[in-house]
Amino acid sequence: MTDVPRERAIDNIFEGITRKSRAHLARAISLVEDEADGAAGLLSRAYRSRKGAMVVGITGASGVGKSTLVDAMIGVLRDAGRSVGVIAVDPSSPFTGGAILGDRVRIRSAHNIDPYIFFRSLASRGHLGGVSRHTGDVIALMDAFGFDDILVETVGAGQSEVDVMRYVHTVIVVLAPGMGDDVQVIKAGILEIGNVFCINKADLPGADKTRREIEMMLAMKENAGWRPPVVETIALSPDQKGAKEVVGAVISHRDYLASGDLMKEKTRQSYRAVLEEYLRLVTIEKVMKHAASDGTLDSVLDEMERGEASPLEVAGRLARRYLTRSCHG
Amino acid sequence: MGRKIRILVGKPGLDGHDRGAKVIARSYRDAGMEVIYSGLHRTPEELARMAVEEDVDVVALSILSGAHGTLLPRFVQCLAKEKGGSAPDVLVLAGGIIPDEDIPALKSAGIDEVFGPGTATQDIVEYTKTHLKREVA
Repeated sequence: MTDVPRERAIDNIFEGITRKSRAHLARAISLVEDEADGAAGLLSRAYRSRKGAMVVGITGASGVGKSTLVDAMIGVLRDAGRSVGVIAVDPSSPFTGGAILGDRVRIRSAHNIDPYIFFRSLASRGHLGGVSRHTGDVIALMDAFGFDDILVETVGAGQSEVDVMRYVHTVIVVLAPGMGDDVQVIKAGILEIGNVFCINKADLPGADKTRREIEMMLAMKENAGWRPPVVETIALSPDQKGAKEVVGAVISHRDYLASGDLMKEKTRQSYRAVLEEYLRLVTIEKVMKHAASDGTLDSVLDEMERGEASPLEVAGRLARRYLTRSCHG
Repeated sequence: MGRKIRILVGKPGLDGHDRGAKVIARSYRDAGMEVIYSGLHRTPEELARMAVEEDVDVVALSILSGAHGTLLPRFVQCLAKEKGGSAPDVLVLAGGIIPDEDIPALKSAGIDEVFGPGTATQDIVEYTKTHLKREVA
């Protein structure tokens, strides 16, 4: 059964994106985030209309200056005549489900009214890993819109936010001296995924020490083909010291990827990641929803409580029962 | 996942007092809403842009500088322009230091409701929840 008004509304929104209407892009992002009716249709079109934007992830602990660096990078990219889409993710409260999305605070006024910049704040909505569940989809929407560059700023706990690597070409890991973490203390995952390292607030004491520690760590790693550069920045300085070099490093990395099969590999990894997200949605959530609504969930929980079945057995049973049905939703 | 209410809490003009804005932002967050905070010293044009990019249901402007007579109507105009002629689906609220006698003019200019200092944040949150102009599924 087709819902004609809904179809038409989706056509209208996608057509708006094609003619570069910002309001339509904004609406599309909301529909996708909310998993509203019609989101599937929108995404189906968006993924078929991607234009090949350069996608960059900016990650690092809270307080290192990611947002300020993003603002500085936008400036450099705009000076080079490039259009920029920005996604900034902040954590949702696990208790209330609400969120304060404050990354826009660091964006200079000129950027807020520049027609070639689009900035969208996303809440993590419980998703772990540093980005939101639909960040990959929002990137696809912005790519269909036609931005030259898409910057994705992660939540910023600085510990386990490695998800971003699956959705971007280049990951910038931002650190700042004297943040209380020595490089060794920062979980290996974050350091592993960096393609470019940025020591922000490089005017603070300890910048040299941080640089040496990173370089030592990089020397110990096998860096087949790409040696991540370490760039010092003072993003807050009047001339955004170092921002040009960071952008330069990102462009070099992109060229490096393009020179072999690596770009293709990256893109495939990224699709695989998004596919896994969606499979999770259509399998786990579907099963749980149906099991909860017909009382099966309660009864299997009782069984497990009484020690009559293991979770693995129950999972197998539920999967066989609900996934092979032809029911939708 | 379901629909979240999105709100832009904005600080227009030269007013540097952000405590009130942050208090209301936290109240909205505690009520389960997603709050984009604009930062200080934003022009009506910037705030209108933000409201559109972030596809918000509500804009809550905090202004203590006395410039509300100029800035708030200007914001409403900018928002309508950004949205292509009108913005019937965005609830526009204002709070801060706004004398009662100025409120009728603000409402004619398109501000949906004005909350004076000392209004309980719970009342503002409740009002917001019950006066949304867009469907919340």
